[in-house]
Amino acid sequence: MSVPADSAPGAPEIGVETPFQRFRAEFFESWIAAFALGLLGLIVVLALLAPWITPQNPYDLGQVDVLDGKLPPGSRAYTGYTMWLGSDGAGRDLYSAILYGLRISISVGVASGVIALVIGSTIGLIAAYAGGRVETVVMRLVDLQLSFPAALIALMLVAVMGRGIDKIIIALVAAQWAYYARTVRASALVESAKEYVEAARCLGLGHARIVFRHILPNCMAPLIVVGTVQTAHAIALEATLSFLGVGLRQTEPSLGVLIANGFEYMMSGRYWISFFPGIALLLTIVSINLVGDQLRDVLNPRLKK
Amino acid sequence: MSVPLIEVRGVTKHFVKRLDLAGKIARRLGADVDEEVVHAVDAVDLAVRPGEVVGLAGESGCGKSTLGRMMAGILPPTDGEILFEGIAASEMSGAQRRAATLAVQMIFQDPFASLNPRLRVEQIIGEAPLVHGLVDRGGLSDYVDDIMRNVRLDPALKRRYPHQFSGGQRQRIGIARALAVRPRFLVCDEAIASLDVSIQAQVLNLFMDLREEFDLTYLFISHDLSVVEHIADRVVIMYLGRIVESAPTEQLFSAPRHPYTQALLADVPRLDQRKHDFSPVAGEIPSPLDPPPGCHFHPRCPHAMPICRTQQPVLREIAPGAFSACHLDGNSGT
Repeated sequence: MSVPADSAPGAPEIGVETPFQRFRAEFFESWIAAFALGLLGLIVVLALLAPWITPQNPYDLGQVDVLDGKLPPGSRAYTGYTMWLGSDGAGRDLYSAILYGLRISISVGVASGVIALVIGSTIGLIAAYAGGRVETVVMRLVDLQLSFPAALIALMLVAVMGRGIDKIIIALVAAQWAYYARTVRASALVESAKEYVEAARCLGLGHARIVFRHILPNCMAPLIVVGTVQTAHAIALEATLSFLGVGLRQTEPSLGVLIANGFEYMMSGRYWISFFPGIALLLTIVSINLVGDQLRDVLNPRLKK
Repeated sequence: MSVPLIEVRGVTKHFVKRLDLAGKIARRLGADVDEEVVHAVDAVDLAVRPGEVVGLAGESGCGKSTLGRMMAGILPPTDGEILFEGIAASEMSGAQRRAATLAVQMIFQDPFASLNPRLRVEQIIGEAPLVHGLVDRGGLSDYVDDIMRNVRLDPALKRRYPHQFSGGQRQRIGIARALAVRPRFLVCDEAIASLDVSIQAQVLNLFMDLREEFDLTYLFISHDLSVVEHIADRVVIMYLGRIVESAPTEQLFSAPRHPYTQALLADVPRLDQRKHDFSPVAGEIPSPLDPPPGCHFHPRCPHAMPICRTQQPVLREIAPGAFSACHLDGNSGT
């Protein structure tokens, strides 16, 4: 056996910079994105820690006193603690309610985002790989769905199915899978024309293996970007539905329910009931979107310097 | 004569660009629109004997890659049959078909696009043998090491990703991936065209060494006649989807029969003909969308006769082992 040839020239050094390190460096080039990621991290941590860092469990009716209702920010509650952000009409401490609401909003957003991603990208992959009539039917369905506003579809579905977290998630998935399907199909078409897919076919590998092990991992970059942005959308959509009164129940308020509850008091000077949950929702969605934008810039090969 | 390892009979490939809805409506209304059909390969017969290296050459767009892809089982032919060891693909049992699939492998032109960038080298090479049960999980690592040594790659590099290798090394990985399923026939589609000249020689030599070690048979597709002359036992020249000439390498290069082959060879730069005045083959290669009638080469042929415009010349044996498709029947002045 001869000496391995041409291993010396042009063999790049490993250990200098892994793709992940390069990705991280590029992501943090923008201080806005770094700030947004930090803020998002803070919001998520606060939401996760809610039961331990809030004075009141707003879902436990035993801890909520109507006599505490509509107190302005900074008032002392009858039970003894200070309501720094005031309270809503039912006597819920807004600081506690916002953190608990964030938990619901984020988990609904993430759950529907992940489920829609799995369903949508599977459909998109199959459409791209199968081609022909399957692709035509699926993609016309996607076009049809995308021609309606997502809020309208979700609104109709929730109106039919009723309230509850599970139903909201189903409605959001139904409203959003098409975005994932379209994105994945576009990049899967590009990938499946590449020679490594032909090679896999030539090696007699099964269709499922080719689709999920060879094509899908190479479609991840746009999928991650769309996933982030669509999760922010899902959170906003859930808030919209709850605000309109068809979303979650009053007893387990998400941010949208809190905003809706305070809306009637807006004109009477009790701005805080809607204002603070609104700010929390805004910060969450804006930070997710900023992170998503930066991901798009970093992962898009066409914008690479 | 022994049974050919792989044989194609009357294989044809058309690529049809179907009319969209607007086009269909326009045709209904009487507009002069038709489906566009690219005649990539037109009723080709080719047999490759075991152990042989067949060079397939021709200008770009002549259908040589399409023919290679059909033989490798990546593209289904529009018409005709592909036989492996004398059995048509349509008559094979499931096990036979799987064996034939693995026995014919392909080496691709682009060493960048032909390797999955998300997989490590050991996964690229080891996946197929593991899936097909040629090796079990415990023996996989040693198996991959062996294959990598066979293509003169250092097994220590198997945990790396393709982007960490040079072009020549990537092409070796591609060869290793094919070798890992113990093929008997390799279709090399411009396998060295995208490499540096110094690396080209190394990879060519690797192909020749592997031929000895593994008893391989090659179909070597290239537009580069000097490469084909170097490696092939027999050369097949294609023009616009048809085989125009097929002969043992030495014979084809010393005494080309078909006017197209003669024109091609006149273009090859040679050390002994430095003062030769190059005259490229006159005219453009006609569009495969609308190939000329009769002999496809007649619009550019210096010897074109009236019959060439109407009748397609068949591939005829004009000397032992040498075939040419020309109405001049090999009597043209050399």
